[in-house]
Amino acid sequence: MRFNFSPARFWAVLTKEFVQMRRDRLTFAMMVGVPIMQLILFGFAINSDPKALPTAVLAADNSIYARTLVRAIENSGYFRVVRELTSEAEADRALAMGAVQFVVTIPENFSRKLERGERPVLLVEADATDPAATSNALAALLTINQSALNRDLEGVLQGLQYRPPAFELRVQRRYNPEGITQYNIVPGLIGVVLTMTMVMMTSLAVTREYERGTMENLLATPVRPIEVMVGKIVPYIIVGYVQVTVILVAAKLLFAVPMLGNLALLSVVLILFIAANLAIGYTFSTLAKSQMQAMQMTFFFFLPSMLLSGFMFPFRGMPQWAQWLGEVLPLTHFLRIVRGILLKGNGVAEIFSNLWPIGLFLLIAGTLALTRYRETLD
Amino acid sequence: MSDAAVIDVEGLTKTFGGRRVVDDFSIRVERGQIFGFLGPNGSGKTTTIRMLCGLLTPDGGRGTCLGHDIIRESALIKRQVGYMTQRFSLYEDLSIRENLDFIARVYEVPERQHAVGAALERLGLAKRSAQLAGQLSGGWKQRLALAACLLHNPRLLLLDEPTAGVDPNARREFWNRIHMLAAEGITVLVSTHYMDEAERCHRLAYIAYGKLLITGTAAEVIAHSNLTTWSVSGPDLFGLAAELRNVPAITMVVPFGSTLHVSGTDAPVLDAALDHFRARPGTLWIPAEPSLEDVFIRMMDEAPDNFNA
Ligand SMILES: Nc1ncnc2c1ncn2[C@@H]1O[C@H](COP(=O)(O)OP(=O)(O)OP(=O)(O)O)[C@@H](O)[C@H]1O
Ligand SMILES: [Mg+2]
Repeated sequence: MRFNFSPARFWAVLTKEFVQMRRDRLTFAMMVGVPIMQLILFGFAINSDPKALPTAVLAADNSIYARTLVRAIENSGYFRVVRELTSEAEADRALAMGAVQFVVTIPENFSRKLERGERPVLLVEADATDPAATSNALAALLTINQSALNRDLEGVLQGLQYRPPAFELRVQRRYNPEGITQYNIVPGLIGVVLTMTMVMMTSLAVTREYERGTMENLLATPVRPIEVMVGKIVPYIIVGYVQVTVILVAAKLLFAVPMLGNLALLSVVLILFIAANLAIGYTFSTLAKSQMQAMQMTFFFFLPSMLLSGFMFPFRGMPQWAQWLGEVLPLTHFLRIVRGILLKGNGVAEIFSNLWPIGLFLLIAGTLALTRYRETLD
Repeated sequence: MSDAAVIDVEGLTKTFGGRRVVDDFSIRVERGQIFGFLGPNGSGKTTTIRMLCGLLTPDGGRGTCLGHDIIRESALIKRQVGYMTQRFSLYEDLSIRENLDFIARVYEVPERQHAVGAALERLGLAKRSAQLAGQLSGGWKQRLALAACLLHNPRLLLLDEPTAGVDPNARREFWNRIHMLAAEGITVLVSTHYMDEAERCHRLAYIAYGKLLITGTAAEVIAHSNLTTWSVSGPDLFGLAAELRNVPAITMVVPFGSTLHVSGTDAPVLDAALDHFRARPGTLWIPAEPSLEDVFIRMMDEAPDNFNA
């Protein structure tokens, strides 16, 4: 009797599940949509061998050798010269802001020393906060080195063609000299954890009121939408700060992640970033018909945030369309800021270009959430 | 419009998915009145009440509630209305006291602690105030919800089936309380399916399939129906009822305990038709006052079911 299996009863459960599945259109759409999204993101957007990385050149010696070397570096496919710099300070700033990934410095008297066989230094500085983004490019540099100038060194200079090469290539990995992955991942985790929990918690907040029927009572009271929204958001800002503190303490104690910048500045940025995520969660909350749908919307937002923000894969490795998508996400900008503050010691001036996009996102999502919040049950 | 009209609406209409669930609804409720709102399931009672307190926007019609326009000034109305929802809509994961406290805060009740304490005391839940609302039995939840909607001393109470599932004793207490409040000048609109409660209201409205069929005092409603009713007792009432239902002059046969209520709209014709049955041995025919229930069942049978049309 205990193993009695009734096909009719089994069938009853099965058909009921199918009917319910069909009723919940959004869930059904997600079940089809999520694999497609994953396919596109993993298949097309992600590339762990980023090429054409933005490079700046600081040429104190504008000789034919310098130009040939720069062209050779570009020809490797890993570097794309986007700027000419004029000073050391400018180079530092470009790297600190993340405007370029590399700075190639050709020192004064490069050609003269070269011709004299004094092996001048060619300096390549890399923003190595994300070791994955730079390692292949730096490896490619070594092969250029060997043969780049052979064609220019003709006639009396032919003797210099021999190995070791006529100049010394010096690579400087800035901000993360040992290429420790944790230095990059752990600060980034702050953003990822916040995105996940903040969006999820708030997306459930209003939906829960509808699902449990408490919305009817709440709407009948004089409470205003802005009061409900802010009242529901603020507790999670506090939760967010607790999470950040836990991660920062762990980062220091377990991974010895450097913290060069100002933590007070970070905590100000955090308010903005947390609020942006809460606003998007709140918007989901007003769109979803059930908590289940709210969870799925969260996932739909979280997945591209993980993959397109530069958290898991180098941002500059992605095709242009994926980068544009990534630029819309608050996590992308937050990652740059948090890595900038902790690893590079960035201040307000350096992070501003990534701060305002988060603010704009907050403004739009917040407005959307408020207009979507209905004051009636219609 | 007299100042005394607390609810004064005209032509309220609400459509859901192409169905008019409230159709051209107009009522006036005077200050201090207890106004009973009756009608079969799905007739539009809850929908109407929600339109009165601004939870639903009417598709048509206009009117005022406590002197404020129901469409444009719902924020003002909400402050002075106590709305008790049909389904329990307080927080099940908050304690009894926390729920009351929350409601008192959103209505900005002065001397909140005191007001909440008094409400708990009156409710008889002072000792259990730390218990989660979700753990209360159905009837107790109703009583808690009522206490919550009275916290801010509203001028108008909209109660949607407040006594569903409440025991007779608590119901009596509830109605005594309602009458006390009405005497103080509070207006009460209460929907119910209980006939004894309908009889305790000053005035009634009966709504079926979204249409308001009649308003008036209980006596007026009964008189208006033109029903003549006989009560019959005897053997095999079940068989007798089946036979009576086939008689054209009889519009309604309703079992009432150990008797049948037999009604018709035309007294002499009904009388003539019943002659044949009076001769049955063992049956006892007594003229009876038609009850509200008889009247309502009759109205419901007659109402055109525009939902299925
Ligand atoms: N949100 C909604 N969407 C679609 N139809 C609705 C909605 N709310 C109510 N209805 C429909 O409107 C009609 C009236 O419903 P309402 O809840 O007002 O009835 P009621 O008189 O309160 O019934 P009951 O006595 O069962 O509480 C019903 O047919 C119901 O199906
Ligand atoms: Mg109802």
